[in-house]
Amino acid sequence: MEFHTKTLIELSAALAAGETTSRALTEHFIARFDAFDGALNTLVTKTFEQALADADAADERRASGQSLGSLDGLPFAHKDIFCTKGVKTTCGSKMLDNFISPYDATVVEKLKAAGMVCLGKTNMDEFAMGSSNETSYFGPVKNPWGDDKVPGGSSGGSASAVGARLVLATTGTDTGGSIRQPAAFCGITGIKPTYGRVSRYGMIAFASSLDQAGVFATTAEDAAHMLQAMSGFDERDSTSIERPIDDLVTGLGESLKGKTIGLPKQFFAEGLVPEVKAAVDEAINQYKELGAEVKEIDLPNIGLSVPVYYVVAPAEASANLSRFDGVRYGHRCDNPADLTDLYKRTRAEGFGDEVKRRIMMGTYALSSGYYDAYYLKAQKIRRLIRDDFLKAFEEVDIIAGPTTPGLPFGLGEQTDDPVTMYLNDIFTIGVNLAGLPGMSIPVGLADGLPIGLQLIGKHFGEAELLNAAHQYQQATDWHKQMPAAYQ
Amino acid sequence: MSLDSDAIKNIAHLARIAVSEEDLQAYAKDLSNILDMVDQMNAVDVSGVEPLSNALDQTQRLRADVVTEANKREQLQACAPQTENGLFLVPRVIE
Repeated sequence: MEFHTKTLIELSAALAAGETTSRALTEHFIARFDAFDGALNTLVTKTFEQALADADAADERRASGQSLGSLDGLPFAHKDIFCTKGVKTTCGSKMLDNFISPYDATVVEKLKAAGMVCLGKTNMDEFAMGSSNETSYFGPVKNPWGDDKVPGGSSGGSASAVGARLVLATTGTDTGGSIRQPAAFCGITGIKPTYGRVSRYGMIAFASSLDQAGVFATTAEDAAHMLQAMSGFDERDSTSIERPIDDLVTGLGESLKGKTIGLPKQFFAEGLVPEVKAAVDEAINQYKELGAEVKEIDLPNIGLSVPVYYVVAPAEASANLSRFDGVRYGHRCDNPADLTDLYKRTRAEGFGDEVKRRIMMGTYALSSGYYDAYYLKAQKIRRLIRDDFLKAFEEVDIIAGPTTPGLPFGLGEQTDDPVTMYLNDIFTIGVNLAGLPGMSIPVGLADGLPIGLQLIGKHFGEAELLNAAHQYQQATDWHKQMPAAYQ
Repeated sequence: MSLDSDAIKNIAHLARIAVSEEDLQAYAKDLSNILDMVDQMNAVDVSGVEPLSNALDQTQRLRADVVTEANKREQLQACAPQTENGLFLVPRVIE
């Protein structure tokens, strides 16, 4: 059986019907990694032996009538930003190359409790700082749609693995677009929920007011099942939302008739690659056919998202990454002369260039005499950006537009100039600043490379967002396209 | 806004990152370019606007002041670079 051409939910049904076993599924996807991951480089750490043991345990539970539910026994992989007890957790950095986590992240606990079988930890930009997966200490990840192209970042390994169907679902994190942009570049479905919906406990921190965990899958329906299992209040995360979890699954199938989709005029301005615009326009037409109304909306301050983000995110990162001091865990330099030398050389050796740039940028923005001009000003504009979205959502149910301004770019093509790289996230960053849920779904191919449509929901609007994506996927088959080399 | 090598030296010290003399220029150029981009913020009038640190206007949640964690010293120190008798070792701080 070609398990990798199915969806998670189809495999779940096959397990429930006794047509296959978790062991058979797990062996199949291990074989996919063995065959293809040498070239793609999606996994930093493989946990195949543990996965087979977990699969056997899932099969035993099922045989004795104690299945844990629809996800029990299904294989997946975690982004290497989630702490996994007893397993190396690197965050894509030399700093944590030797770090065996003593505890599980909440997301890890929850998916374990759902019975899911983790095949390994996926490659990523170092400390989630990057848009191409080229800042990883463990080497770049390749895009399954073209091995000279980047998969996007920072969750590049998670996106590439699902794009190539080495596995059908992975976890990711999104601080400025790190789920949506790689989902677009790898031709898959990715969702970042409302800020605070999924616990950040045990998820290595980059920018705490923006970081949010989410899911990659091949369909919105699969993503809904995974996100359902990951979500919920957690007292160990101080910004976790105390609010009951919505049912993300049973609402799939609701008609879009009477719904209004807003198109921000700023997302369709010059600078958008024509092939991307054409595919996004066609997807919007599809939504009209599904019964949705479409109207133009104005997000007057959205153009400032990138400047605001590159103050707020580095400032928060400089504080968060001060914990890497060579004392309690992670890399430590040899023969430190004194405590300051220990800190400075440990951090010089352990961090890569992009991480150092952002720590220094953040240190500067928070330093005496500059705080008001940079950090405080950025936080004020952040309010304007958030309020623009809230105002738009008084008139529309969902906002749509391109996920990225262009097609997947070449490896090494944008590594010389940080600012050029930052502009990849021009359409995604505002969503993080506003704490909104966002998705990317595949809506076309140009030159054999995938194009993503970004869907943005209201705060706590994950169910509506996933349904909008699901309705599109019921009517089209872009999400079923697979790169030829990995069929 | 443009930063020179001396400014980078100071920032790198505040961030506790050793930067070699030959890398100072490259960081100065990259950070100056980032700051030029960030300076687009100057065009906006934000008078009367309150800063936003939590997009959902949440405030910090407090918890009851009770012990919730057990002692896990051995487990947590297992990943430390250097320990002795349950203590983290660092270079001598007090002469």
